[in-house]
Amino acid sequence: MAAVSLDEVRQRSVARHARWVRVSHWILAASVLALAVSGFVILMAHPRLYWGAVGNDLTPALFELPISRNYRHGGWAAPVVFFPGASPVVSAARTYDIFNENGWARSLHFLSAWFLVITVLIYLAAGLSGGHLRRHLIPRARELSPRSLWQDVVIHLRLPLPPAPGGPPYGLLQKLAYFGVVCLALPLMVVSGLTMAPAVTAAFPVLLDLFGGSQSARTIHFFAFVALVLFLIVHVAMVVLTGFRRQMRAMTLGD
Amino acid sequence: MNKDRLIISRRTLVTGLASTGGLLLAGCASRDLPPTYGNVLRMGDLFTYRAFRTLLPAQALAREYGQRDISSSPAVGNTNPGDAQQPTFSADRGPLYDRLRAGDFADWRLRVEGRVARPASFSLADLKRMPSRTQITKHTCEEGWSAIAQWTGVPLRAVLEAAGILPSARFVNYFAYDDIAEGVDMLDALHPQTILAYGMNGRDLPLAHGAPLRMRIETQLGYKSVKFLERIVVSDEFDDLGKIGSLQNGWAWYVGI
Repeated sequence: MAAVSLDEVRQRSVARHARWVRVSHWILAASVLALAVSGFVILMAHPRLYWGAVGNDLTPALFELPISRNYRHGGWAAPVVFFPGASPVVSAARTYDIFNENGWARSLHFLSAWFLVITVLIYLAAGLSGGHLRRHLIPRARELSPRSLWQDVVIHLRLPLPPAPGGPPYGLLQKLAYFGVVCLALPLMVVSGLTMAPAVTAAFPVLLDLFGGSQSARTIHFFAFVALVLFLIVHVAMVVLTGFRRQMRAMTLGD
Repeated sequence: MNKDRLIISRRTLVTGLASTGGLLLAGCASRDLPPTYGNVLRMGDLFTYRAFRTLLPAQALAREYGQRDISSSPAVGNTNPGDAQQPTFSADRGPLYDRLRAGDFADWRLRVEGRVARPASFSLADLKRMPSRTQITKHTCEEGWSAIAQWTGVPLRAVLEAAGILPSARFVNYFAYDDIAEGVDMLDALHPQTILAYGMNGRDLPLAHGAPLRMRIETQLGYKSVKFLERIVVSDEFDDLGKIGSLQNGWAWYVGI
């Protein structure tokens, strides 16, 4: 949306955040926070990522993250060869006491994931049937020109940002961001996460083919996490820069 | 009007989902289900167990791979129950394991007891005479890594049938020579890929991977596939297995996720 006066904005912002939008926003916010923290703790137990069906300390990693003492710990007994060859199949016993808090972290991760899954399902059902997605989140065809996209980028890069209404209508970048999070990133998170679950992939082996293996799914899960964290940082920054009190009132009290 | 109809349908949706949740959580105090001890994390685990058992087809087979897909396999946790320096060392069963290993497991026996008509103990030779199954499957560790290996063993179902498992049986618990015990429900115990493995990658099960016999539960995480098996106990009611079970150590009992 192009720059408009505050009064115009107020007049146009007849649509406030509906109660169900506010409730699901905060359930999702709490779930995502718990998922991010527990997910990071889970990653700390094995900070190596792979591509394909399998991956472990005895196979090459795609990349490794120096985020716990497990990073390249090197505590392995001499390997025993099962099958020799160019890339031999071996086994080795671990001699190192690794960092592992997955007992609580995994359970917290899945508990929060249930809240997220159920909330996203309700949100999508309500958003589709009530027109919230169509009216507020899906960009209109005429909005989607490179010119208007550029205009919106420029508005966001210039400080101070114009005060925004507490609710729809949203600007183009806002629409793309919210639509991307709710309709793309969160469902991708859930499905790639479930592709790591042995009971789920036994029931739906197509998931393994979809992601190219459960370790690929784990890597995609990680990159989707990074994307969501970036969104979260920008989202909170925008709330602060466009009137923190007003935005918080709009998303809690609905005024 | 359209808006009114929307609110009703949304309320119906919420009520529907809430009652589904209630149904899934119902029976918290049942002896057919893992206890929650009032711990919210264990409630989430229970919800996952109920949801998976309700929503997923029972006993779907885990993917089996080809010979060429076999990968290297780390051996983690206890890699020698006879070694007092290892985690989960058992002061009474550890030295016993050492003696059995020194005798090449000739005197080793797997006891099968509890709710069975004919409590029995099987030598390795007994188990190898029973029907065998070889499968190349993926081991998924809770830590985040995975490995593909070939496992050869006797289906747990065949062993339970040989001991005359009683119709009232609901859980199969299994104990190791270190301080580790686990259990599964009958759906996973009788799963066609649930085997008692004595072979890995075409040779005898190596020490670090659970010699002479380990469990393979292919639809759950690695820690359910207990190494160094000592005995199997069939029960009618859920047993958290005390200090050597996963629950009292803060770990989920059902880990199909």
